[in-house]
Amino acid sequence: MITAHQGCMVPEEVYHKDPQVKEGMQFGDYVNNRASSAPTPLSSTSDDEEEEEEDEEAGVDSSSTTSSASPMPNSYDALEGGCYPDMLSSSASSPAPDPVPEPDPTPALTTSQSSKIAKPFGYGYPTLQPGYQNATPPLTSGAQPSNTVYPGFQQYAQQYPAVNQLSSSLGGLSLQSSPPPESLRPVNLTQERNILPPTPVWAPVPNLNLDLKKLNCSPDSFRCTLTNIPQTQALLNKAKLPLGLLLHPFRDLTQLPVITSNTIVRCRSCRTYINPFVSFIDQRRWKCNLCYRVNDVPEEFMYNPLTRSYGEPHKRPEVQNATVEFIASSDYMLRPPQPAVYLFVLDVSHNAVEAGYLKILCQSLLENLDKLPGDSRTRIGFITFDSTIHFYNLQEGLSQPQMLIVSDIDDVFLPTPDSLLVNLYESKELIKDLLNALPNMFTNTRETHSALGPALQAAFKLMSPTGGRVSVFQTQLPSLGAGLLQSREDPNQRSSTKVVQHLGPATDFYKKLALDCSGQQTAVDLFLLSSQYSDLASLACMSKYSAGCVYYYPSFHTTHNPSQAEKLQKDLKRYFTRKIGFEAVMRIRCTKGLSMHTFHGNFFVRSTDLLSLANINPDAGFAVQLSIEESLADTSLVCFQTALLYTSSKGERRIRVHTLCLPVVNSLADVYAGADVQAAICLLANMAVDRSISSSLSDARDALVNAVVDSLSAYGSTVPHLQHSGLMAPTSLRLFPLYVLALLKQKAFRTGTSTRLDDRVYAMCQIKCQPLVHLMKMIHPNLYRIDRLTDEGAVHVNDRVVPQPPLQKLSAEKLTREGALLMDCGSVFYIWIGKGCDNNFIEDVLGFPDFASIPQKMSHLPELGTLSSERARSFITWLKENRPLSPILHVVKDESPAKMEFFQHLIEDRTEAALSYYEFLLHIHQQICK
Amino acid sequence: MAFTFAAFCYMLALLLTAALIFFAIWHIIAFDELKTDYKNPIDQCNTLNPLVLPEYLIHAFFCVMFLCAAEWLTLALNMPLLAYHVWRYMSRPVMSGPGLYDPTTIMNADILAYCQKEGWCKLAFYLLAFFYYLYGMIYVLVSS
Repeated sequence: MITAHQGCMVPEEVYHKDPQVKEGMQFGDYVNNRASSAPTPLSSTSDDEEEEEEDEEAGVDSSSTTSSASPMPNSYDALEGGCYPDMLSSSASSPAPDPVPEPDPTPALTTSQSSKIAKPFGYGYPTLQPGYQNATPPLTSGAQPSNTVYPGFQQYAQQYPAVNQLSSSLGGLSLQSSPPPESLRPVNLTQERNILPPTPVWAPVPNLNLDLKKLNCSPDSFRCTLTNIPQTQALLNKAKLPLGLLLHPFRDLTQLPVITSNTIVRCRSCRTYINPFVSFIDQRRWKCNLCYRVNDVPEEFMYNPLTRSYGEPHKRPEVQNATVEFIASSDYMLRPPQPAVYLFVLDVSHNAVEAGYLKILCQSLLENLDKLPGDSRTRIGFITFDSTIHFYNLQEGLSQPQMLIVSDIDDVFLPTPDSLLVNLYESKELIKDLLNALPNMFTNTRETHSALGPALQAAFKLMSPTGGRVSVFQTQLPSLGAGLLQSREDPNQRSSTKVVQHLGPATDFYKKLALDCSGQQTAVDLFLLSSQYSDLASLACMSKYSAGCVYYYPSFHTTHNPSQAEKLQKDLKRYFTRKIGFEAVMRIRCTKGLSMHTFHGNFFVRSTDLLSLANINPDAGFAVQLSIEESLADTSLVCFQTALLYTSSKGERRIRVHTLCLPVVNSLADVYAGADVQAAICLLANMAVDRSISSSLSDARDALVNAVVDSLSAYGSTVPHLQHSGLMAPTSLRLFPLYVLALLKQKAFRTGTSTRLDDRVYAMCQIKCQPLVHLMKMIHPNLYRIDRLTDEGAVHVNDRVVPQPPLQKLSAEKLTREGALLMDCGSVFYIWIGKGCDNNFIEDVLGFPDFASIPQKMSHLPELGTLSSERARSFITWLKENRPLSPILHVVKDESPAKMEFFQHLIEDRTEAALSYYEFLLHIHQQICK
Repeated sequence: MAFTFAAFCYMLALLLTAALIFFAIWHIIAFDELKTDYKNPIDQCNTLNPLVLPEYLIHAFFCVMFLCAAEWLTLALNMPLLAYHVWRYMSRPVMSGPGLYDPTTIMNADILAYCQKEGWCKLAFYLLAFFYYLYGMIYVLVSS
């Protein structure tokens, strides 16, 4: 037993499995390991284990100081020289299997390891008590260090009064004594013409004391629809506002404290990670802020590696940052961290070849081959399909790639299972050969059928031993084999105001496949590049439940639609090079009394608070609806914590933890004061998508309107003397009606305007999986006037001066003939040029002499040396940064036919099928007065 | 006192209802396990789905028997549940196999709570029905 097994199992798991499997878990012997674990009844068991993995997080071992805390006794033993007599004896007596040596870099003590393995089977609770009481002996024995720093602790206690146990009552008082906040000032919506502020809307800051405010999680990663949490469900019901969280957990961060430590300190009963909002009762104990259990501070935690000082647990980075990342030990693994594995499944039927996406894809992949996230183990593979499935043998040593055709699509098998997914570095030349050859290989194909289903089954078989990412490129409706689909769209119904059918899947084939993939840690990303209806509603299921993402390029064609081609190219660049996390699970915890109700996003919900994510990418957003199950009267603060456990592309197991802390209030006015209208609208949008799929689109639309009517009338009843003077809203909710109107005019929910079914479904997919920042732009685009950019109020980003023009409201009244306006819709930018636009601007920025000479189709701003061109370009570049989908730019002339595209985003205006903003307000007012 | 067809129906219903009570208990336990995170929703749905149709068919079967035996009151008491079963199965999610439960939506708190409540209601109904059939059987046996 020399070999430490890298993927140390959770102790419970070791117990369940037979010893042979453990023996097979040889360090680094990856293939062997796969072989030994593969025969276990697949999807289900591995799921269970995976569950245990975070459950290892969650709870089974809570009864003892085991697993995640396992290195702790080590350090206790080493540092204090004390040991746990009961624990050791229990371990000696229990029939433990061979202690599995740990990969722990420190020369591990065999005794404590055996205790680690043994404890879980051994009887948990009795051993807990002594271990628990043992908190005191170290304190006395290590009296010297703790005595010296004790004053420091008291200081700390004063520093965070609100977190402390005593001050819970004080916290409530301080909230009420403050003067009525600005966000509660009533606004008469019907009289306020310029409701949209000139600067972007920022997330409201929770009403906490200053220290907590500073520590709190960034609203970019974690937002709550109500920054003041109502005390009871009854109060929440009275407020008529949705309660939920908006998450962007894997966002690209510039600054992230990464913690490498043997002990990841967590609450013993609810497994919460230690965070800035816990309270230290004394030097040696901390109280969990989610379940209120008192835990010991492990010895290792007393030492602060940053300041190299001892005895200041509250100055550790975990307690100083609301967003941290831990490098997880082997306790958090069920198997050795998987390598990065990428599989491409490409449609090469006639339709696909005609559209010409292969060239862009291969080119882009060739350029980014070295930038694909991964380490030396990275593997890659290709499958192409039309009516048959083609595999490519890229085994090192071959002179050229070998194509293997499987025509039996009813029972797909892998011709050579070992050499289809190959190491990127060993077979690089072959891969490059293949990528160069692929675009021309099928030029003369006459095969029009597409056997997507069987190709996916093959991909699943290929990926299931390791897991990874499957990228599917599809250009038409799958027409052969399993998972074939029929056209369901009736073009005459596109602009119907009545029923919109077929928003749900036609078959559960793709869903089942996604669940199987998810069980094998494989995510499926779909790129749909079709010119006709392709039933995205069914196809998207393959990504929805496997934590993939969906990209849709309507009427894609390399030559006929160059702007889409360019968009694909840019999106692919981001797609290939962005961060990726594998075999991830995300658990969301919240303070006792709150519970998670429904989750939104792309994932599979495995238990009440655990999401299984085969892959996680920085562009994925999630939403969670919450409900208040018990009264929160005895607490003044609630906390939410998301823990995302993933394998980085470098093969490291990491945990990213975000913690958000919010105050609890008991009056309706405070609830309104803390409403976050953007978060609320995004959550409502998510709920509306669910509603339109499960019930009907008109139901969802009604629900959206009712949400505004209910909340505003509930607000009106709290301030009775304002009842008759018009439609009143608190300042915090003044944009609520506008955003809801914007949602009603959004592609996903609009009626009466011709909308293709796939476009609509794609918009729904976007709503479900986009993070808040991007989703807001999709719902309510930003409009800027760019013909008079100045440096006034400009910001400096990377030595560039970025002008900050004020936001304009989305109404045609802002389109002056003399102006040029930029609209930022998230994935599309429009530059609208008025007829009377200043020729200087047209010349300096667009590079044309006058309005008449601007071409109808223009999708680039030339790089001109003039000041206004530089300003405009730096502004647009700044807007484009950090988008998951690279926006395409359209220059729209005032009289061109393309201007309809632009005008449909002017949501404050009246259209044939929908109300203007003012009419909408009157409608709401009428509903309230009824 | 004679052993009529109606008495036979009641006897059969008695036995089958006992089976249905076990079905209902099984349901309640299964959803409780889901709620307390003991089970994976995929596994749980795989075990629950095959049981849905048998339960419905058993219930439909003795409804037909009561119809044949012209036990109108008993039939009327069972009609709502029969109608509910038909409605429930008609409005099930898109699935290729038999059954009702979709692992991707089952963890939604609303659906979970609904299923649990459904389980308890059915258990109560079957229990009451059990004693009613017992009474019915004795009544038929005695009166005829």
